[in-house]
Amino acid sequence: MMKIEKGFFVPLYGNDSSVVHIESFFMDIYPVTNREFKEFVIQNDLWEKSKVKQLFADGNYLNHWADNDDYGSSVSGDAPVTNISWFAAKSYCNSKGKRLPTIDEWEYVAMADETKPDARKDEAYNQKILDWYESSRTFGKEVGSTFKNYWGIYDLHGLVWEWTQDFNSVLISGESRKDVNSDKNLFCGSATVGANDLMNYAAFMRFAFRGSIKANYAIKNLGFRCAQSIPKVEN
Amino acid sequence: MQTLTVAHLLALFLFFSCSPKKENVQSSSQSSEELDEMSIYHLPSKWNTQNGEQIELKDLQGNVLVMVMIYTSCQMACPRLVADMRNIDTQIEEKLKKNVKMILVSIDPETDTPDRLKKFSIENQMEGNQWLFLQGTPESVREFANVLAVKYKKITPIDFSHSNIISVFDQQGVLIHQQEGLGVDNKSTIDAIIKLSKN
Repeated sequence: MMKIEKGFFVPLYGNDSSVVHIESFFMDIYPVTNREFKEFVIQNDLWEKSKVKQLFADGNYLNHWADNDDYGSSVSGDAPVTNISWFAAKSYCNSKGKRLPTIDEWEYVAMADETKPDARKDEAYNQKILDWYESSRTFGKEVGSTFKNYWGIYDLHGLVWEWTQDFNSVLISGESRKDVNSDKNLFCGSATVGANDLMNYAAFMRFAFRGSIKANYAIKNLGFRCAQSIPKVEN
Repeated sequence: MQTLTVAHLLALFLFFSCSPKKENVQSSSQSSEELDEMSIYHLPSKWNTQNGEQIELKDLQGNVLVMVMIYTSCQMACPRLVADMRNIDTQIEEKLKKNVKMILVSIDPETDTPDRLKKFSIENQMEGNQWLFLQGTPESVREFANVLAVKYKKITPIDFSHSNIISVFDQQGVLIHQQEGLGVDNKSTIDAIIKLSKN
């Protein structure tokens, strides 16, 4: 893990009054791989694909793996594990004394390029992210094959989408938003579609994706990495 | 050209979001002692009640559960959700009620202590045995919301934005029916509860 220094930023849909403060925390350098997840499954057989409860993972769970407890020879052990549900990702992180990163933490680290902590206004950086969103089957590549960012973290863009702890805090439910009591400035996606900068296109894609999934979904281009809080020292 | 890019991305996104749809095959040949795959009683979390007791969800097994997620300092939608719950409760006959639990789960466990939930239950005349108010931890609440597909976000220290969903579970803890939205007709929810509680 690498330490991410505390700071603040204005996330997507934000305005001057919604600056988000991030406490210092640790984040995994790479997404969790097939090999790492295999070790976890061997030690926790409840997470084998034949044993997992449908409440916690749907029928696509680990369906690229050859066997119950092995990904097999046609899948790279160093590729990020995908087809993984939120419950499984959370359980993996908990088993290591870690947790999933929050959306705010993930976005905070992911706005960095190789040299700057916040590259969101950099056109080349944004174009690169959007190019990835349009390229296919990047989930088969090995971890570490994209760039190392300012914080020393790899693969936030370019390999897989990643689960976050509070992905279900994104409230997008169609045009009417009938079932949601929400602040339309925070959750109205249509405002973003009309926005004219690339930064918002890319971030909107991530938020829309998070808003569209459920915790037991297993999807072939969705993986995860873990994070860890730094205990507060009482003075 | 920019518009075209957005449309293209959205099309891609729609493709992603549709692809994980699944068939939801339920095995009907399960023995009675084995919990259904989709039962919420697989969740191991512990909860505090308004009466200061600690329970696990599986302690509720055998009851029909009617659940909603709220927080007590809520000014906007929650009073209406609470009114909906009360309205549903009044339309269930007394003799069916003994196996029905009306449950309100707080999405603000840091504020909504058992004492506060108790006070809320008294203020809202929800003191019968069927009423249960639950305080979890931020983690267990987030997990439980994911089982119900309820979304919520803390907007300010005292305010949350959240989905308005009332869920009905059968005696095995399997989600059977959900009512979404405010001020919608409760009839289909009540029908579902009555049908289940006669089983």
